[in-house]
Amino acid sequence: MSTIAHAQKRGFTGTIWEYLTTVDHKKIAILYLLAGGFFFIVGGIEAMMIRIQLAVPNNDFVSAGLFNEIITMHGTTMIFLAAMPLLFAFMNAVMPLQIGARDVAFPFVNALGFWLFFFGGVFLNLSWFLGGAPDAGWTSYASLSLASEGHGIDFYALGLQISGFGTLMGGINFLVTIINMRAPGMTYMRMPLFTWTTFVASALILFAFPPLTVGLFMLIFDRMFGSGFFDVAMGGNTIIWEHFFWIFGHPEVYILVLPAFGIFSEIFPTFARKRLFGYSSMVFATVLIGFLGFMVWAHHMFTTGLGPVANAIFAVATMAIAVPTGIKIFNWILTIWGGSIKFTVPMLYAVAFIPSFVMGGVTGVMQAAAPADYQFHDSYFIVAHFHYVIVGGIVLGLLGGAHFYWPLMFGTMLSEKLGKITFVLFLVGFHLTFFIQHFLGLMGMPRRVWTFLEGQGLATGNLISSIGAAFMALGIIVLLVNIVITQKKNIQVGRDPWEDGRTLEWAIPSPVPFYNFKQLPLVRGLDPFWIEKMEGKTDMTPAEPVGDIHMPNNSFVPFVISLGLFVAAFGAMYHADEGKDWAIPVLIIGMLITFGAMLYRSVKDDHGYHIHKEDLLDEAEGGTR
Amino acid sequence: MKKKLANWRLFTFMGLMALLLSGCGEPFLSTLTPAGEAGQTAYDLMMLSTWIMVGVVIVVSILFAVAVLKFRRKKGDTTIPKQVEGSHVLEIVWTIIPIILLIILAIPTVLATFDLADTKAMDKKNEDGTTDAMVVNVRANLYWWEFEYPNQKIITSQDLVVPTDQKVYFNVKASDVKHSFWIPAAGGKIDTNVENVNQIWLEFDNEKAAEADNLFYGKCAELCGPSHALMDFKVHALPKSEFDQWVTAMQAIDAKAAEAAPEDPAAAEGQEIFNQKCLSCHAVTTADARPEAARTAPNLAGFADRERIAGVLEHNEEELKNWLADPGQYKPGNKMTGTYGELSDQELDQLAAYLMSLKVE
Repeated sequence: MSTIAHAQKRGFTGTIWEYLTTVDHKKIAILYLLAGGFFFIVGGIEAMMIRIQLAVPNNDFVSAGLFNEIITMHGTTMIFLAAMPLLFAFMNAVMPLQIGARDVAFPFVNALGFWLFFFGGVFLNLSWFLGGAPDAGWTSYASLSLASEGHGIDFYALGLQISGFGTLMGGINFLVTIINMRAPGMTYMRMPLFTWTTFVASALILFAFPPLTVGLFMLIFDRMFGSGFFDVAMGGNTIIWEHFFWIFGHPEVYILVLPAFGIFSEIFPTFARKRLFGYSSMVFATVLIGFLGFMVWAHHMFTTGLGPVANAIFAVATMAIAVPTGIKIFNWILTIWGGSIKFTVPMLYAVAFIPSFVMGGVTGVMQAAAPADYQFHDSYFIVAHFHYVIVGGIVLGLLGGAHFYWPLMFGTMLSEKLGKITFVLFLVGFHLTFFIQHFLGLMGMPRRVWTFLEGQGLATGNLISSIGAAFMALGIIVLLVNIVITQKKNIQVGRDPWEDGRTLEWAIPSPVPFYNFKQLPLVRGLDPFWIEKMEGKTDMTPAEPVGDIHMPNNSFVPFVISLGLFVAAFGAMYHADEGKDWAIPVLIIGMLITFGAMLYRSVKDDHGYHIHKEDLLDEAEGGTR
Repeated sequence: MKKKLANWRLFTFMGLMALLLSGCGEPFLSTLTPAGEAGQTAYDLMMLSTWIMVGVVIVVSILFAVAVLKFRRKKGDTTIPKQVEGSHVLEIVWTIIPIILLIILAIPTVLATFDLADTKAMDKKNEDGTTDAMVVNVRANLYWWEFEYPNQKIITSQDLVVPTDQKVYFNVKASDVKHSFWIPAAGGKIDTNVENVNQIWLEFDNEKAAEADNLFYGKCAELCGPSHALMDFKVHALPKSEFDQWVTAMQAIDAKAAEAAPEDPAAAEGQEIFNQKCLSCHAVTTADARPEAARTAPNLAGFADRERIAGVLEHNEEELKNWLADPGQYKPGNKMTGTYGELSDQELDQLAAYLMSLKVE
């Protein structure tokens, strides 16, 4: 049997099994997209419930306790289970192709990372059906999270711990891939910006997730195993949690927004037909933002009482981040300046991103002024600010990226017409929802309030905000319809569908062969595909003769390792309860599954397989493309 | 499409102007109507940063709009634009200018940070342990606030009373979970931590206080549980002379005054019920000698003169009875629910009559 044919036609169950066991970065990307998209819808529904509750004063659409669960799950889901995996989807789908690699460095670990994230997310969301979701906010400040009754916070701590392992593995994997697996000629300063931002974001993951892991372990031990890290009565300290959380939490913002910057840095040159303006300063700014991102966490804690010296230092450090971010904004504008702009849907998102994100950026600088932040902090001004950054930056990036990379991932093109409807609804809704919230905050509305009383001048603004949210929801519904119609029609659009593709991922046949590049391409400069096209060529110059390609085997082990931790988490959570003697055995069985699967992986030789040169040549003659 | 975008920007701007013209929120609540020096400092900094940032937004928007409008691709245009690598001059310009703007913002920021943190006056103790400064100890509890005046030896709750035209210093902490003490109109917030005391000062101008009918709203600004949204308090900012009168009247509510039976027979019955069911948590004298940990419920001395029941309900007998019958319905998760058994309608009437007799004379 040909080694290529083995990857062809399958039945429905065969497809399911393929995705459960796949180690191919392109299929893992689709898994991330599906799972992240699902959690994005869940988080969106939670957002709608928040806005319905706050549409009018004294509303009782949801109860006070339930409201706190909804806001907690909205924040946690959107950050950890929607934004991160959706970005991971694009990193997986695009980055290896952009640098001319056959896969990521550790395909097995890549699959393991996905399944850990997935089981962590499922575990967290099961809290809705098993006695109540976490209710201490996505920041889960220690005094409140220790006081919280039920198992909500346990679901939060264990679920994030499991999915956090996955994210950490993903980050390390991308780092190793970018350092080691670039195609011949792909020097660091020829890497596309999306690869660069993936690289820096992965480095941030490497340094930012360990503090979260430590903090979560302390929380787990405090709540389930009787320790007292945060328990003041036992000599603990709750402020430590705030530091741990924000030493992770602030870089996390950049982990999310830098890849979104990367996506826009790909979209602008493509549709302006002009190379990125100031490439090297863009790279420099990206690295600098990543570095400074670790120096500013305490600006989330200006009102904690750290004293004027700490507050002043962190205020000035925070302001400094505005400089590299400003460099980026001006470089993007200068990229389209003098270009030939085609307004496709991805370009519309990129264009809308600039003013939206600038709005979020400038309020960020305003908050850096510590004494002013004493007023802004924990008010709706903050809610407006971070939604301008996250929706105006990251979500616009994800939506633009989804339209831009859809042909690469699925070989089809989302409808431009429906895409434009989504764009208008979403953008109008976004500004309608969040712009007014700046003023609500300034007028004295604290954040995370379940309801507000009449006669405080807050009613009109909240109603406008809720109406805006409905527009955003409509936009997303149109997007879903668009996706279903597009996939149903399944019109394959072929290679380089945007016609102005500049980087390596557009040089590869569509649908992308499972081994990616038959011959690794020779990279001759920035925007390698564009360089070849300008010289009248249609293909990249190969850097090697056709030869055997070494491929990894599929494996079910990542799924099993993750499942084991998922099972163990239930044991850990329930062991402190009265009369639940089964809990400790469940914890042990879960760990046995995980470590057993790891042992199996370690002792069983799996050398993968080779695609033979003859098959590759046969395929080329047969013209499978 | 570009038209639409330009329209949308205009629309946002118009919305902003409309908001500015329609006012800045309510004077008793809004940070945009600062009531005193601390609020004014924050407000000035907010305005400075806002105008710098509005300038930035305008410059970026103009550049952006020109780029988007001018460089559209015409139908069928296949020309390839010049591939510009970058420009050192431009890049230096847009690095230096932001740095200058940030320095302009950073200097007043640092100065104000130290100014607002200056609570040295609290530490200057007289021989008897009092201070010349006006000090209030704030203790935040699950959904209620305690205000202790160490110099005046008064404890009260829910309604903070402060003199105008002088700095008021606060020691703040929490007794259960973290809260945050915020009087938006008077100035910035400070967290009430569970492990340490934070200090802050605020000031209320006499004139500004008069504009707000001498009454400001206070809020809890840190998520603390189901009733976080309902953890409001009120601030009476009174001229010094009236404040002194209030202090004298409050000090007069001593044990003797509190034990005297009210004239109204219903209220007297209510006092009996209160003493049996409520007194173990709620004190009715302002000089409560019990340690903090024992003061597990709001001090009710002078209850009849408060602004709201439980911080949120209208202050009348009807709402008081509703509250006593089922506190959990109005403040979910509060610590009072279920601690005193069922009350009959008659008992409710009597208790309400008693509580409404607790006046500051």
